[in-house]
Amino acid sequence: MPELTPEEWTAVALSLRIAAVATLASLPFAIAVAHLLARRDFPGKTLVDGLVHLPLVLPPVVTGYLLLLLFGKRGPLGAFLADFGIVFSFRWTGAALACAVMGFPLMVRAIRLSFEAVDRRLEAAAGTLGAGPFAVFATVTLPLALPGVLVGAILCFAKALGEFGATITFVSNIPGETQTLSAAIYTFTQIPGGDAGALRLTVVAVVIALGALVLSEWLQRRASRRVAVYA
Amino acid sequence: MIEFDCRLARPDFKLDVAFSAGQGVTALFGPSGSGKSTVIRLIAGLERPDDGRIVADDAVLADTAAGIVLPPHRRRIGLVFQDAQLFPHLSVRANLTYGRWFTPRRERAVPFDDVVQVLGIDRLLDRRPATLSGGERQRVAIGRALLASPRLLLMDEPLASLDDARKREILPFIEHLRDAFRIPIVYVSHAVDEVARLAGHVVRLEAGRVAAAGPASEILAPTSLSTASRFEAVSILTATVERYDPAFAVTILDHPAGRIILPGHLGGTAMEPTPTGLGPGSPATSQAGAMTGKPTDRTASSPPGALVRLSIRATNVTLAVGRPSNLSIRTALTGTVVHIATDDGPFALATIALRGGDRLTAYITRLAAAELGLDTGDEVHALIKAVSLDERMVPGLQIPSE
Repeated sequence: MPELTPEEWTAVALSLRIAAVATLASLPFAIAVAHLLARRDFPGKTLVDGLVHLPLVLPPVVTGYLLLLLFGKRGPLGAFLADFGIVFSFRWTGAALACAVMGFPLMVRAIRLSFEAVDRRLEAAAGTLGAGPFAVFATVTLPLALPGVLVGAILCFAKALGEFGATITFVSNIPGETQTLSAAIYTFTQIPGGDAGALRLTVVAVVIALGALVLSEWLQRRASRRVAVYA
Repeated sequence: MIEFDCRLARPDFKLDVAFSAGQGVTALFGPSGSGKSTVIRLIAGLERPDDGRIVADDAVLADTAAGIVLPPHRRRIGLVFQDAQLFPHLSVRANLTYGRWFTPRRERAVPFDDVVQVLGIDRLLDRRPATLSGGERQRVAIGRALLASPRLLLMDEPLASLDDARKREILPFIEHLRDAFRIPIVYVSHAVDEVARLAGHVVRLEAGRVAAAGPASEILAPTSLSTASRFEAVSILTATVERYDPAFAVTILDHPAGRIILPGHLGGTAMEPTPTGLGPGSPATSQAGAMTGKPTDRTASSPPGALVRLSIRATNVTLAVGRPSNLSIRTALTGTVVHIATDDGPFALATIALRGGDRLTAYITRLAAAELGLDTGDEVHALIKAVSLDERMVPGLQIPSE
């Protein structure tokens, strides 16, 4: 197998970095939102639920365009955050934001399901033993939901690695800054003689995806062994 | 000490209950749907009263008039669920110590080693809940609740999900607990045997209301002639161990009204000698060494002179006018008929004041009462078949075959 060119390596490394940052940065928010949706009733819950799931049903290009409108240099949020030195547009951080938004619904769904599967009577038991709401969450709910949290994180990571539409619409396709694995493959298919490069990167993508699957399987098995349920 | 007075209305259920409970075991007793578990949930703070007041040990847990309803974690009320509810991701040890994290150091009144010893769970400490038997899980759950040093321990049908053998395994532990730690227990059950064995004070609930409350010996006595309650009615007698007869493997108990024969011989969890030991707040736990519990005594033989409490089903009592002879029944207690309740049905319910003061109730047929000419004031002998007494339900009795 021919070696990857430095440009191709850059795209691979950038993809991994963007996916990792997108997953880790959105994980706390996903846990909070999932817990809110699983355990609380409040007015507007349906609306929150709908907003979270919107990127799942909207065309990715639309999501990317909305991000551009909101977080672009002249967008209301983008202009506000720029004052603090946080810039998303045409930066790799913007790519991470797009990936996080696209992966968020998948992550929230998985984590919410695992929260809902935690027996509320265990939480009640912890309460009668003196644990306040946050202690109950930290010592009972979250540890018991850990396998689901891992599944959610890995789903988000996989989604982020493959994200294309929203990213390219929001932050374009700049080599070394926002050109991810997917975007690089797309670029190769657009230029004459790019087939070999596209094929090399495709192999890399398959290897990373398989690796993520195996890792998630292993992590889950470890986690659920720790969280043994009653026989 | 707890004072409870709450009202709660749900579309299909109304609750209006007031009672108070002191030291020892107070049983909430009644058919399913009578509101026992709701009362427990209200005390623990898992349910909110529409209006009412709950005070435990001078701490106001809820007072809707003053706008106070404490959340569960601020109440320090221990709760043992029907099905243990151990944390599956923690070891037995971590389950046991869970509540201590949230108990201020100066309020940690219950020593870890004592609880582990009393409950006999020292060899389970490093195991996971999933690997425990049902009885072991329940013991760990009891220990976990105790180690949070609660003001009050609530037990919501803790034996209901266990089979008879497991029940018999746990009952002595609960009994020991009652005597070893000064924590009042509110025990929910619909099993009359458990209540008769454990509780000094009984609150009988029916359809969300208190139907009766008082000493166990009074409340568990039958109240009606209905067929359904016939098998639930028990009398509670307190007798003294006279001696064990090894030749026939029976224990002979001394009661002012006569000798009582029990199969088997008594072990060591019989009650400490106390005046009558039945009322709430009776000093059964006030003996020296109450906190340390002396769990090792459990296997020691109970000496002659120890008091035991017997529950006798009203359906197992035969009445005889004049001293019967040539019968296989060895236990004949003398007393006076104080009341006979009848209706148009087949049964008559006789209440007998035994010599010495205990009351015994007997279900007989109305026909028998008529043919014997039984009337209030008559002197009778109450006959009890020794084999009909469930020696397994007598505290500390060891069954010869086990």
